[in-house]
Amino acid sequence: MQPTATPVPPSRAHVIPHAPAPTAQDVPGERLTGAQVVVRTLEELGVDIVFGIPGGAVLPLYDPLLDSTKVRHILVRHEQGAGHAAEGYAQATGRVGVCIATSGPGATNLVTPLADAHMDSVPMVAITGQVGRALLGTDGFQEADICGITMPVTKHNFLVTDPDDIAATIAAAFHIASTGRPGPVLVDIPKDVQQLETTWRWPVQLALPGYRPTARPHSGQIATAASAILGARRPVFYVGGGIIKSGAHEELRTLVEMTGIPVVTTLMGRGAFPDSHVQHLGMPGMHGTVAAVGALQKADLLIALGTRFDDRVTGQLSTFAPHAAVIHADIDPAEISKNRVADVPIVGDAKDVITDLIDAVNAEHERGVVADLTAWWAELDGLRETFPLGYDEPDDGTLAPQYVISRIGAIAGPDAIYLAGVGQHQMWAAQFIKYEHPRTWINSGGLGTMGFAVPAAMGAKAGMPDSVVWAIDGDGCFQMTNQELATCAIEGIPVKIAVINNGNLGMVRQWQTLFYGERYSSTDLGTHKYHIPDFVMLAESMGCAGLRCESKEDVDRVIEQAMAINDRPVVIDFIVGKDAQVWPMVAAGTGNDQIMAARGIRPLFDDE
Amino acid sequence: MRRHTLSVLVENKPGVLARVSSLFSRRGFNIHSLAVGPTESPAVSRMTIVVVVEDSEMEQVTKQLNKLVNVLKIVELDEDASVQRELLLLKLKTDLTSRAQIQTIVEMFRARIVDVTPDSLMVQAVGTSDKLEALVRMLEPFGVRELVQSGLVALGRGPRSITSVTRGGD
Repeated sequence: MQPTATPVPPSRAHVIPHAPAPTAQDVPGERLTGAQVVVRTLEELGVDIVFGIPGGAVLPLYDPLLDSTKVRHILVRHEQGAGHAAEGYAQATGRVGVCIATSGPGATNLVTPLADAHMDSVPMVAITGQVGRALLGTDGFQEADICGITMPVTKHNFLVTDPDDIAATIAAAFHIASTGRPGPVLVDIPKDVQQLETTWRWPVQLALPGYRPTARPHSGQIATAASAILGARRPVFYVGGGIIKSGAHEELRTLVEMTGIPVVTTLMGRGAFPDSHVQHLGMPGMHGTVAAVGALQKADLLIALGTRFDDRVTGQLSTFAPHAAVIHADIDPAEISKNRVADVPIVGDAKDVITDLIDAVNAEHERGVVADLTAWWAELDGLRETFPLGYDEPDDGTLAPQYVISRIGAIAGPDAIYLAGVGQHQMWAAQFIKYEHPRTWINSGGLGTMGFAVPAAMGAKAGMPDSVVWAIDGDGCFQMTNQELATCAIEGIPVKIAVINNGNLGMVRQWQTLFYGERYSSTDLGTHKYHIPDFVMLAESMGCAGLRCESKEDVDRVIEQAMAINDRPVVIDFIVGKDAQVWPMVAAGTGNDQIMAARGIRPLFDDE
Repeated sequence: MRRHTLSVLVENKPGVLARVSSLFSRRGFNIHSLAVGPTESPAVSRMTIVVVVEDSEMEQVTKQLNKLVNVLKIVELDEDASVQRELLLLKLKTDLTSRAQIQTIVEMFRARIVDVTPDSLMVQAVGTSDKLEALVRMLEPFGVRELVQSGLVALGRGPRSITSVTRGGD
């Protein structure tokens, strides 16, 4: 064990007063503290924004951060907000999101966003302070074994025990987070390691002998896939978030158009293919369109690209797409045949896979092989026309939440970035906003984290300041993380928040209505009954504009009003009815053939 | 369900054993035994893991293990094409009459007596699980006071190695 270093005297911390010039001008062998190395490494890696909160064990790191002109630190109000902001930033920009927290409770507050990023493959690096090495393992003040705690919810994590390793470890963290299947990486740095001096060396060599993130798609498998694609009578492209992460949306469109095959986009894949495109059948899964769910159920071939056969898509696995052969391409070999056995497995980046498939399909076309999908399209068009997405106006005269959300989408348009929390409002935002571009729809898909929207919107807007950023939130979700509105107001991040306020934990209430005999156990939040909190006053108190809308006639006007406010965040309290439900629906544990277009209407049931 | 023996080369770094064992438990893979130790290269440790899973699950086990950043290589060792051994230490109550009988059994199993007192002795045996099980069955009637057994270790038969490093010997 090395001796604990004495704190760095202030004069030493100012040896590098401002952001350093490019590497070429760096004096080789320059002596820096570990904390200065962290900041310099972030600068070298091109990090422009970090989200975080200081505390005892990261005080050394925050000192040189004050002087950086390249890295902007956004002081959040809760570490969970820092984590989700990093996720929102990452998903809007495609770059690695970064958050910083102190040891113990600061670090444990990052667990939810890390788990969220892990489930949704979001590239993110979390840097946490840790108690000094002499205190490690002694239950020291604010000590938590954050590497142990986050092991199952990160792609990888590091405890840095030597200041000489800091630069290489942070560089490795960024490399791991952003390559292969992206994911969160945590770097835990004890306080004394931040304080000790080391020699600055850049660039660094990455020593990751066990990390081989990408493989070229196998040419034989590509050829097999191409002939299966052209041989199928009822094929469907089933595409997910991997398309967006790989930046393969243009290649996807080429492949889809040259084959004439229908497309479904998963919750994480919304925006990977334009909603306005005639070959797009919508979202599959528990709340998918009848056409999308029906297409998968009736298909003879699924071409699954960058998607993982999640249970919310497949429903009961044994009855999912029962007649289909499966081509499954994913960058993560462990996803292939995990849930559904693949007939043609392809390991590779979606962009490489699709580019190769385009060539292979072209080659087949040149040989004169063309598939006739007329009958298949006639069937799907029938489903699409008979069971379009829709909703009924509430009988009680209340405002329909679906109407509010579709108007936001129509007025803000396809170039805006939309985020959502988790629940009914999230599903309606996935259904009733039309996405035309990748990275315009950001939500918590895999983990289902309530409270995701406000901080993630903050991160998205910070990363894409010229885009209009709308968070569609529920009144339940909003009350979990809305303190970040203060951050947005103070830091000049003018997000727009639509609180779809039905006074209840709406999705839970919907299940209680459908499956628990209308016994509403602990789902009434009182936001209608007692007007607690008053979201308009809450917004105003945090430096935001607060608006309210209670009737259909006012919806467009209030949205336009919010669109016109760009000098501060806006919160709109949309008072909507509590009985609106998300349809279509495949009830949990049932097969997709049991999809109900509306309560009691099973369009696919008699077909089989 | 079938027994599979995996040789897993991992980076010799703190926490790697925890990463591997927690992966098995959270994914619900049943570990039968796990042994870790040094290898011919100081930077590399070798884990020998015996899992009892369906063949279809085996693919997931290796794919998930391969995703761990510290895992370098995974090889499944076939029982017939590898030497697989466990170590057993076992303490028995003895007296003048039983000691000779125990000695005969120990010799039959090519095991050894490694510690003796007037009323106890300790047996050391190396072998496959089956052989050690049989030995324990034979010695049980004398009264087993204490027993400890290592996890299985294994090497593939023949001149080939799963690593590229050769230590010493030029």
